[in-house]
Amino acid sequence: MGRKSNNWLLIAPMYIFTLLFVAGPLIYMLVLSFLQKADVWGVEFVFTLKNYLKIGKQVYLNTFWESIKLAFATTALTLLIGYPFGYFMAKLPEKRKTLFMLLIVIPFWTNALMRMYGWIILFRSNGLIEQGLMALGLIDDSLKMLYNYKAVLAGMVYALLPFMILSVYSSAEKMDWTLVEAAKDLGAKSWQAFVTITLKLTLPGILSGVILVFIPSMGLFFIADILGGGKIMLVGNLIQNQLMSTRDWPFAAALAVILMLFTTLFIWGYKKITHSDELEGLL
Amino acid sequence: MSQDVLILKGIEKSFGETRVLQGIDLHIAQGEFLTLLGSSGCGKTTTIRIVAGLETPDAGQVLLDGEDVTDKEPYQRNVNTVFQNYALFPHMNVEENIGYGLKLKKKSKQQIHEAVMEALKLVQLEGYEKRMPSELSGGQRQRVAIARSIINEPKVLLLDEPLGALDLQLRRQMQLELKRLQKKLGITFIYITHDQEEALNMSDRIAVMKDGRFVQIGTAHEIYDHPRTAYVARFVGNANIIHVDGQTLAVRSENIQLMSQKMDEMDRLPENVDHQKSFVGGLPGMIKEKSFVGGMLRIVIALEDGTEVIASRHGIDADWEPGQSCFVYWEPQAGVTVEEE
Ligand SMILES: Nc1ncnc2c1ncn2[C@@H]1O[C@H](COP(=O)(O)OP(=O)(O)O)[C@@H](O)[C@H]1O
Ligand SMILES: [Mg+2]
Repeated sequence: MGRKSNNWLLIAPMYIFTLLFVAGPLIYMLVLSFLQKADVWGVEFVFTLKNYLKIGKQVYLNTFWESIKLAFATTALTLLIGYPFGYFMAKLPEKRKTLFMLLIVIPFWTNALMRMYGWIILFRSNGLIEQGLMALGLIDDSLKMLYNYKAVLAGMVYALLPFMILSVYSSAEKMDWTLVEAAKDLGAKSWQAFVTITLKLTLPGILSGVILVFIPSMGLFFIADILGGGKIMLVGNLIQNQLMSTRDWPFAAALAVILMLFTTLFIWGYKKITHSDELEGLL
Repeated sequence: MSQDVLILKGIEKSFGETRVLQGIDLHIAQGEFLTLLGSSGCGKTTTIRIVAGLETPDAGQVLLDGEDVTDKEPYQRNVNTVFQNYALFPHMNVEENIGYGLKLKKKSKQQIHEAVMEALKLVQLEGYEKRMPSELSGGQRQRVAIARSIINEPKVLLLDEPLGALDLQLRRQMQLELKRLQKKLGITFIYITHDQEEALNMSDRIAVMKDGRFVQIGTAHEIYDHPRTAYVARFVGNANIIHVDGQTLAVRSENIQLMSQKMDEMDRLPENVDHQKSFVGGLPGMIKEKSFVGGMLRIVIALEDGTEVIASRHGIDADWEPGQSCFVYWEPQAGVTVEEE
């Protein structure tokens, strides 16, 4: 008896924390999404489904569709770049690993917004890169690298790539490379050993990397804001607009609820398809 | 020459500054059980990795069935390895592990299944095909690793200290089983161990290795009774190395006799006396230590020149106590002349 109550005391703060900071805001958001916007400021406590019906409008559906496309493209690109990066990093000698780890982590010491503005200095028309290229005579006209879909995509990949790299790295790091030798010894060519052994054993890293990249890429709005020049509208931007400019908090809440439902659905389906137990904690 | 399934010619290998293999020459006959015996770090694993194609030698040639495979990839050589830590694929069950090689060879599902069942029977693991490696004991993993290799019917099977992680009883049992399996299949084995008893028990021939070279290659009998060098005598026979009359002799501890008095000079001549009683040596020394090790009495004697000699006996020898002086003798045929390194 005594032990049990002791345990309860130890666990209690965790429950309180979870209720206060996780469940609380979620319930608040859910309730908010069924209320009505007041004429000038705040909300009226009248139950309505209006907010959700509004999302069915073509403009908003388009926004969702754009966001999903961008999230998929971002995830695919980070995987394509991040997997080989993480894989080769795991094969480096110990000292080099530390160096690369540092190189990946250092950007995190700078605010993400600052880094995006850094991009503008580099890539804008007549920015550092274009000046350089023009000086070399490689281009005569502006490349118009910023303020379009590609720039936003590149920014997203840049911002989220470390998560993919570190995720792949952490599972490749645990790889027992004699297994690859064993496969070759049993008659596998290098690519066969890679597909049947390495890829399978680093799959947990890929799976969690995909989740770590996909979820934030649905919500990141400042990259689209800064590098898209306001021309690219994602769900994240839409929510931010509704909150800060239009001040339609119930609609913003409804958008957030739908976004969350979609993400949950994605993880659930993803788990079903990949039969992954590694993602247990995520859903 | 034609029945040599594997020939190594002047193999050399360095890792950075360390010369790990310094000229390995070896001929192995079809169906032979050859053991590489040597202490840890002498280059045994590197040697078989070169045979398997997992490592490229700096110099020398590997001939498999007369064909030069030195620069061939592992998948181009009909050689398989049982790795020291088994290296079973953790994401595949026993059946998939064992069938891996045949699947690569694009055999039909039916063929693979039948061959796997056959192999499981050979290693006495029927009924385990759906288990994952993590659900097996050390001995069972070992059997799976062996089955996974022999299913490919390799010309040579390389085994890297396959029993190293098993307890003594299981080791003994597996030694017998491996030997039986090797006879039955007629596959050539290159077997690595640092355990001399294991080597003596199992091998047709033993290659004793030291610092990247073979010191002596021969049958268990040759190596044990006629060690070529002091190292072989010490390592394989646990022999004492005694310097006497400008010669280096190897005398195994069970052949060391202790006397409290010096015997007559005449007794040193073997022709003079009855074979049973003829002893040579007569080196003065002092008892240093007396202890029981593994059911044997072990007496350590310090000779005058500082050499330590160990005499071992079955049973209790109450006559000798530390501090006593004594004379060390052995029968003439027990002292084998060996080369110093
Ligand atoms: N890949 C490697 N890189 C550097 N040194 C190695 C490598 N493989 C083995 N060695 C060194 O080569 C020597 C022989 O190793 P090994 O063949 O594994 O010996 P054994 O199997 O007889 O214990 C050891 O000193 C070991 O440290
Ligand atoms: Mg070894």
